[in-house]
Amino acid sequence: MKILVLISNVPDTTTKVKFTGDNKSFDTTGVQWIINPWDELALTRALELKDAGAVEKITVANVGTKITEPTLRKALAVGADEAIRIDAEPSDAFYVATQLTQVAKDYDLIMAGIESSDYNGSGVGGMLAEMLGINSVSAVSGIEIENGNMTIHRDIDGGSQTLTVPTPLVVVVQKGIAIDPRIPSMRGIMMARKKPLNVVPAVDATPKTTFLNYELPPPKAACKMVDEDNAKELLRLLKEEAKVL
Amino acid sequence: MNFEFTEEQLMIQQAARDYAQRELIQDVLEREEKAEFPARHVKNLAELGFLGMMVPPEYDGGGMDSVSYVLAMEEIAKVDASVAVIMSVNNSLVCFGLNKYANEEQKQKYLKPLARGEVIGAFLLSEPEAGSDATHQYTSAEDKGDYYLLNGTKNWITNGSSASTYIVMAQTHPEKRSHGINAFIVEKDSPGITVGPHENKMGMRSSDTHSVMFTDVKVPKENRIGDDGFGFIFAMKVLEAGRIGIASQALGIASGAFERATSYAKERKAFGTEIINHQSLAFKLSDMAVKIENARNLCLKAAWLKDNHKPITVASAMAKQYAADIAMEVTTEAVQIHGGYGYVKEYHVERLMREAKLTQIYEGTSEIQKIIISRSLIKS
Repeated sequence: MKILVLISNVPDTTTKVKFTGDNKSFDTTGVQWIINPWDELALTRALELKDAGAVEKITVANVGTKITEPTLRKALAVGADEAIRIDAEPSDAFYVATQLTQVAKDYDLIMAGIESSDYNGSGVGGMLAEMLGINSVSAVSGIEIENGNMTIHRDIDGGSQTLTVPTPLVVVVQKGIAIDPRIPSMRGIMMARKKPLNVVPAVDATPKTTFLNYELPPPKAACKMVDEDNAKELLRLLKEEAKVL
Repeated sequence: MNFEFTEEQLMIQQAARDYAQRELIQDVLEREEKAEFPARHVKNLAELGFLGMMVPPEYDGGGMDSVSYVLAMEEIAKVDASVAVIMSVNNSLVCFGLNKYANEEQKQKYLKPLARGEVIGAFLLSEPEAGSDATHQYTSAEDKGDYYLLNGTKNWITNGSSASTYIVMAQTHPEKRSHGINAFIVEKDSPGITVGPHENKMGMRSSDTHSVMFTDVKVPKENRIGDDGFGFIFAMKVLEAGRIGIASQALGIASGAFERATSYAKERKAFGTEIINHQSLAFKLSDMAVKIENARNLCLKAAWLKDNHKPITVASAMAKQYAADIAMEVTTEAVQIHGGYGYVKEYHVERLMREAKLTQIYEGTSEIQKIIISRSLIKS
């Protein structure tokens, strides 16, 4: 079985978000880039499946410019076998999914994180499945492969669902798929030097989205403390100030 | 000049940071309190390749450069100096010494498992009456033809109990003074070796420090490192490089305390504003930042010289002395910035302050480093 893990290159989750002067774009100065945490969990599960002998090859793919290469090499250092970078600015989900169709055809399983931690679009996985004309399952919290047969667990309202789905297949994974992302070992870092990172030119596509402007959320109001024996005051605040009652 | 790290160096730094911030932080206070050896972490770090980082891959090491080592050491020491010293002794004293000076058979037999971190090593130079003055080794290694017979006591041995492989300096030809000293690879379970009790230390309590007694310990002839009488030069050359490890550990202790003090100063309010807005504290933090940057540059410069096979004697002494001294200053100020909270254990800075003190003492006191630096001035 061959797995393709889609990797988004996102700012570190502790990044202080700033915009350029005209608020038209995200200011990337000094930003440290990481593998999107959801994609990293997808990759972790793929590696676990490979360790268990159920998977022969893991490829990671990203749509991005050269700045995403360190992120891809980290994926190689933790154990992916090969990386593909489609050389383009990842404008929106439609554009990214379109680019990915050209490299995503020969895999049994394609894994995507439920959203990227930068734009939280949650669009690429589903769109890619549609474009490839294959099945997709969303909100996947577990995957097992035994004797080549795949069992998928999803969290649904009020319970969970267990499915078997024929491959090829896109799964959009969420919490529960894996626990701790892997830390690359020295050996892994050394081996990553020799693993292929193929750069593929972009295909023609027009993004469906235009960014008009960015703004930061309003700052959080200060927290008001109410004495534990003063429930009346708490109710008054909730009613009159927060206006939630 | 190029002040940029390579992608690989940054990946190693991040790997060390991830391990420290995710794993070491969880039980550092408890292990410190109980003086408990971090066996689980040593095993994990070995699997990640941090215990033989700079050993070439053909001897099962990570094949990384000294700059990467400095970056990794800083990240580990920010959180846990005990784990950092275990890593430093194994990497820059034991593995470095064997890789550079041991013969092929010795490397195959001893370096490989050490580089894989399956076993760890210890470096036995200090004695009850020979610390800074290492030329006077009282431990004797009598040449008995097929083997050497070791007798004597070594003190302050990091990894003293947890190590399986010792590198022991001992005197074979007392009349030749320092030129009569030899270095030996000694297996800890050899008959005649007694490990003393765990030293009850002020800081770095999770690292095991012991005295080790040798009573008629037979060491095979083939376990001598280098020619007869090479031991003192071996020890000095190894310590010269080893200083980069301890300098980086001191740097990490300082930067760990600094990061905690800065974030505390941004949150804690006094007189109606965050205390970082009070100039008396802002200037303290500014001074700390400059000292840490200087220490980091000294460490990286020494590592760069080592990676480029240039002389490091003075550079590593400067890095060690400066980083250790500023670690003491910075951690003391970090406690001050935290006020009362700095004096309790939950806030970590008092521990970092206790840890900093040792970096001014071991692997050559700050005064010894000044001797090395000033002698180079006299000679120049």
